[in-house]
Order: sequence, then structure tokens, then C-alpha cells
Amino acid sequence: MTRVLELSHITKRFGAVTANEDVSLHLDRGEIVALLGENGAGKTTLMSILFGHYTADEGTVRVEGQELPPGRSRAAIRAGVGMVHQHFALAPNLSVLDNVMTGTEPLWRLRSDRAAGRAKLVALSERFGLRVDPDALVSDLSVGECQRVEILKALYNDARILILDEPTAVLTAQEAESLFATLRQMTENGLSLIFISHKLHEVMSASDRVVVLRRGCVVAERRTSETSREELAELMVGRKVERPARAPAVPGRVLLEAVDLSLHGKGGASLHDVSFRLRAGETLGIIGVSGNGQTTLAGVVSGLYPPSSGSLSVDGRAVTRHTVPDAIAAGIGRIPEDRNAEGSIGDMTTWENAVLERIWSPDFSARGFVRRAAARKATADILARYDVRGASVDGRIRLLSGGNMQKLILGRVLEAGPDILVAAQPSRGLDEGAIAGVHARLLEARGRGAGVLLISEDLDEVIALSDRIRAIVNGRLSPAIPAGRANAQLLGLMMAGDWSAAERIEAETHDAL
Amino acid sequence: MRFERREHPSRALTLLAPVGAILAALIVAGVLIAIAGANPFRAYALILNGAFGSRLGISETLTRTTPLILTGLAAAVAFRARLWNIGGEGQFYLGAIAVAALGMIPAIAAIPAPIAITLCCIAGAVAGMVLLLVPLGLRLRFGVDEVVTTLLLNFVALLFVSLMIEGAMKDPLAFGWPQSVPVPDNTLLATLIPRTRLHAGLLIALAMAVLVWFVQARSVFGMRARAAGLNPRAAAFAGVPLGRTLIGVACLSGGLAGLAGAIEVMGVKGYVTTDLSPNYGYSGIVIAMLANLNPLGVIFAALFTAVMFVGADSMSRALSIPSYIADVTVALSLLTMLVAIFLAQYRIRR
Repeated sequence: MTRVLELSHITKRFGAVTANEDVSLHLDRGEIVALLGENGAGKTTLMSILFGHYTADEGTVRVEGQELPPGRSRAAIRAGVGMVHQHFALAPNLSVLDNVMTGTEPLWRLRSDRAAGRAKLVALSERFGLRVDPDALVSDLSVGECQRVEILKALYNDARILILDEPTAVLTAQEAESLFATLRQMTENGLSLIFISHKLHEVMSASDRVVVLRRGCVVAERRTSETSREELAELMVGRKVERPARAPAVPGRVLLEAVDLSLHGKGGASLHDVSFRLRAGETLGIIGVSGNGQTTLAGVVSGLYPPSSGSLSVDGRAVTRHTVPDAIAAGIGRIPEDRNAEGSIGDMTTWENAVLERIWSPDFSARGFVRRAAARKATADILARYDVRGASVDGRIRLLSGGNMQKLILGRVLEAGPDILVAAQPSRGLDEGAIAGVHARLLEARGRGAGVLLISEDLDEVIALSDRIRAIVNGRLSPAIPAGRANAQLLGLMMAGDWSAAERIEAETHDAL
Repeated sequence: MRFERREHPSRALTLLAPVGAILAALIVAGVLIAIAGANPFRAYALILNGAFGSRLGISETLTRTTPLILTGLAAAVAFRARLWNIGGEGQFYLGAIAVAALGMIPAIAAIPAPIAITLCCIAGAVAGMVLLLVPLGLRLRFGVDEVVTTLLLNFVALLFVSLMIEGAMKDPLAFGWPQSVPVPDNTLLATLIPRTRLHAGLLIALAMAVLVWFVQARSVFGMRARAAGLNPRAAAFAGVPLGRTLIGVACLSGGLAGLAGAIEVMGVKGYVTTDLSPNYGYSGIVIAMLANLNPLGVIFAALFTAVMFVGADSMSRALSIPSYIADVTVALSLLTMLVAIFLAQYRIRR
């Protein structure tokens, strides 16, 4: 076998943070190597160095024996390296052909040779089984098709080595399967591939060899045929991970009650006559296809939008004014759906992000001035107690990885000791170890008597954590079923709006609630 | 060549950026001076000499610095919260005319000077606030871009002042010149250096810079304003009242610009004309950028700008180079500062 790619002793530091340390990695012709690691393990940094987005502090990259000059994407492309990013870099208002050809022709050429481009594109898509209409607008394509275009873009540049960064992150299960079939076919045509992933099952099914990265270092390398999911999980996380299980609990008094909440036109989808009860020591899971009003529901309970009609009572008291500070003061802790856009301000410091939502409290301000020492101390406590890594109290927060950001958010919310917890998509985009941590915290809050409103698209998560489950469809809430009766088929029906079975179950179990 | 974001821009670099920017601007302007047929080094020496070489020069420079600090602060506090107040010039004039109007009330002349001066300062600041609250209201209610509205209101304000000093407020003793009735003597600010124009307004401006810095760096309001500017959605999620915070920012920003106008009337002229401000409001934007929006930095940026303007006047007399070179230099320094800010945040990699 010929070695097509060799990274030797790559080290990359960002300030005090070491993203990659002495990483060596090679790829042979026709091979699929999976680069496995948790979020923040340094996978993407490593591939960015290979592709010339970053310059390594130490180490070299060789493609087919030739050393690549550092920091030059163009040199990498010319050497036959193609990269497919996790977030597509496509212009939605242009056709597939335009997107593929952009940047491949010199700017000073007056006419673009579209006929030749089209012929090449069609030939490539036939040869590699990447079917896509060259004249379709990218905005009309599905996510899976967009990814095909991204791959074609790399192949159009004569890539012989393809790097895919979390290629399945945005795909459905079927699309992912067909993608891996395509990738296999591509290696038979002489391509060599590296794909980045933190999903064990796809690593097991699609790769020839696995390189495991943890905290910037290569911790193991295995032939896929000689390893197991369990071993890889342990290598990736550094210890055995199991998602925590829910212990049975007897729900207490009603902490949060919504009666006929309606809201029109705020935060995307509307709500129609939403009623529910949340008791102390229970988790109410709300499932649903995104865009059905779950964001709005979380926003109303969080105090972001006042409902147009209906009432909300917290711990038996009817709420008249429900702004964000009111919600927090009433003991509602909020975990936002989008950590970066909603949960944090990237250019502010960690301590400012940690205390901003409770800055009005006497703990953190007096007479209109910030109690900086107290705020810093509280933040340092959160960082230590919730094991937030890679953060300093006075550093900007934008550097935190998703998992650590979520730990910080959990920390700032739970340190206030909320009675009610609104958790919207709490483990979205997190890796296995971080998910287990988030779940443990949510169960812990329930265990100490908080009511948890869990809004999630992840059915496994909802079944594992919730006592009762409702679906939200077009802004309406379905009947509640106990988690013990839930299965994928029933939840699927509920999310599709067929509530007959759920109604029957609710009627049967109503006494128990 | 490519750019990589520095994750931890060093403090030294942040402080050096404006110095580098000003040097670069002076070099480019030096080329222009050379093209105009003079020795740039001699020209800069003359500028420095004009600005600092005599008691009169120093006092003139500091007199010019005073309104520039205030308009610079006005822009800096607004920009920090991503409120693009380009209307400093109009707010300056409205503040000035408010003082002149207050001075026409006979009762004002009869009260003790400190109270009269305080009242005038408040009147000027309130007038500036009102002029900024209108565009802010339009933005909050209808999403109208405040860059356009604040900029255009400058012309409205200047024409309104013109209307006033040609009509209702015209000084009958001014031989027909369009100027307002002078303010009473008890509202005039004390002179700091005898027989110069330098007045106590400088102390007010310096105090304001420190006060604004303190509010911005230490208060809950300052933190909320910054949050609202950096990420409105996250700020709203954290319970920052966006509308109220921006209204507070607008009051501070418009108030400072209005105060600048008020102080210019009470300290320098004693009455309002339509050439009261040689673009103090617009220069404030450049000064805020040069200071990297830091209120204490505004003091030095305002001083630099004043030195250029005062020094260029005497330099142009000696070398017959148009004094527009000061405008060119200040404008260049804005451009170089934008580059310097960028370079302080990114590193260049080959």
C-alpha cells in the first residue's frame, strides 16, 4: 500500500490551550480512516492544519511524499487534498454547477468555460455515484444533496484525499447510510478518506482504521475489525461512560401550571391553548419535530414573551408579570436552546456571562454597581464545581467548547437553586461524555425536588429522563403518557398528531398523575 | 498572506494600536505635504510649535480639546452599545441653542452663577438627549436605521438653529449678523488661564470622561449596555431590558453631545452662531474610534485632534500649505486606526 498522507508530530497551541500535541497520523491509498474524539479533542484543529487553515507550531504535513508549505489552503488543494466542512460553504442562490466551478477559474478570464465544467461535473457524479442535477439551485436541495455538492466540489478540484468533518451531523439515518456507501465506492476508485466523527456506530461500520484523539493527543489507533464500540468509547472518553438512569420518584406539589396559554407569532411558531402541570420531583418531557412551538413554549415559561392569553402560575401563585428577571426570581432556571446565540455573549468574559442573568441580585450588584469580586468568586466556584475546562474567569467565553459551555450554563442556573428547570435541547450537539454529565445534573435537580420541563428532539433522551411525556404539534400539546408506556412507535404517532392512543393511556393512568 | 484571529489580544498591543495608527497617518499626510512642496518634518515641527509652543497655543489647543472630549465620549458610549449615533453635530447645536434660549429668560440672570451654570448644562444635555431619542424611538418601534436618521437630523438641527438666530432669538445689537442673544454673564464659565480663552469646561469634560469610564466599566448599566451591543438575543435571554438600556445609552450619548454645545456657548462664545462648531460632532466619531471606544482614551484622541487643528492653522501661515491638511490627517488617522484595530485582533500569517 502506498502512503498518501502523513502528518508527523503536529503541535498547535492557542495561547495557553494546546489543541494538538505531537500528533502523528498517516493514510494509505484506498483507505478510510476515522478520526474519533469528543468535542474539543482537537480533531477539527488537526484537519484545519492539514488543509492549511491553521499553521502548526511544530510538525509537518506530507502528501504523497511532498511536504506541504504550512498555512496555504491552495497548496493543499493543488496537492490533491479536499475538505468537506461540517457547515456547508455553498451559495444558495447559485446553481450546483456555479457552486462547484466557483474559484476554480482564474479571475481575469472573461468567459467561464461552463461546457467543460459541466462535462467534468457530470462525469464525476456518474463515476462516484453522487447524483445531483447540475442546474438545480442549491437553495432547492436537501441537506443530503448539499453534502454531495460539497464532495463534488472537492473532487472537481481533483482531490485524491478527502477529509470530511462530521459528515453525518446534519443527515438523517438513511442519508448517512447512503453517504457511507458512496464513500466506500469512492475508495474503490482510488480515493483515500479521513472522516471526523464522535459517533461510534458510524466509525464501526464505515472505517478501516480508527485513530482516537483525546485532549489533543492520539491515544490509540486500531484496525476497525479488531476493536469494539465499548473499547472505542472508553478510549475516547478516557473512562467508562454510561448515561445515568432515572430513579423512581414520587412527584410532589404542583410547581408550575399553565392553563390555556396562547401566543401568536412570537419566536417563530404559535401556541394554542397549551395547558400542563409540572410537579416537584418530576420531569415532564416535551417532544416534537422542530418548529412546532417548543421554542415558543420555552420562551413563554422563561419570561421572554408574554402570552397573548391564558395563565401561568408558579408554586400556586398566579403570575401577572413574567419578565426574565421575574422568572428567575420566581425560581425558574433556564437552559437555552442555542448556547452560542442565546446562552452566551462570546466577547464578554466568563464571569460576566456567568452572572449577567442574575446581575440584579444583591449577590452581584449593589446600588447599581457590579460587585466584581463576588461575581468573580461565584464564577470560579462554578468553574470548579461543574468541571468547566478551558475557561478562565477573566477570559472571553467564545473559546469554550460546546460541552464546557453547557456545563457553565448548567452551573450558573443550578447554583441559584431553581425549583423549576426549563431545559431546551440540553444535549444538542454534545458528545457522549458531556451528554452523560448533563443528564446527571438534570436528574440531580429532579432528585432534590425541582420540576424539570425537558424540551427535546432526542427521543432516547426524553424516554430516559422523563416521568411523563407530551408531544407538541402545531402549537398544541398532546395528552401525557407515562415514560414507562413510551416506545418509538407511540411517540412517533404523537409527534405526527395522532393522539388517540395517547388519550387512552392518559385516561388509564390519570389517577397516577 | 492570511489572517488568524488572536484569541487573547495583548494589552500592550491594544494600547499601541492607536499610536501606530497615528504614526501611519502622519507618514501618509507627510507625503501629501511633500507633494504640496514643503518639508514634512518642518511642517510637523511647526504644527507642534503652533499647538504647544506658546501660552496662547497651549490654551487654544486645550480649548479645542474640551468639546472634542465630550463629542468623542458621546460617540464612544453609543458605539459600545452598537447604537450608531452619527448625530453628534446636531445634538451639539441643539444643546447650544437650548442654553441661549434659557439665557433669554430674565430670571436666569438673577440667580447665583453655580445654579445658573448647572441649569444651563442640564438644558443643553436634555436638548441633545431629545434629538437622539427621536431616532432611537423610530428604531425601537419601526426598525428604522439610526445611522440615516441621526445623520440627517444634523441638517435639521442646524437649520433649526439658523431659523432661531435669524428670527425669534436674533440679537438686535449684532449689527444684523445672525447670532443669538448673548447669555447672561452669570452663566459664563470661569477662565482657567488669565487672558486666554481656556475655560472651566475642560475640567467638566475631563470629569465626564472619568465618570463615563467608571459607569461603563463598573456599573450594571454599563455591563448591560455592552451585552446589548454585543449580542442582543443573548442579552434579552439574560433579562437585559434592551429598549430601556438603549434609551439609557441614548440619553447619555445625546446628553454628552448636547453638553458639549452648552459648554462651548458658556465657555467660549457667549452666543450661538451657525459656525459655532467646526464639525465637533463629526470629529467626535473619529475620536471615539481612535480611542477604541475607551472613555479615558477619548481624552488623548481629542487632544491629538485638537493639536492637529490648532497647529495646522499656524503651520499653514508659515508654509502656505492649506490648513485642510489637518482634516486630511485626522481622516487618515481614522482609516489607519480601523486597520490597526484589525491588526491588534488578528495576526498575519504567511
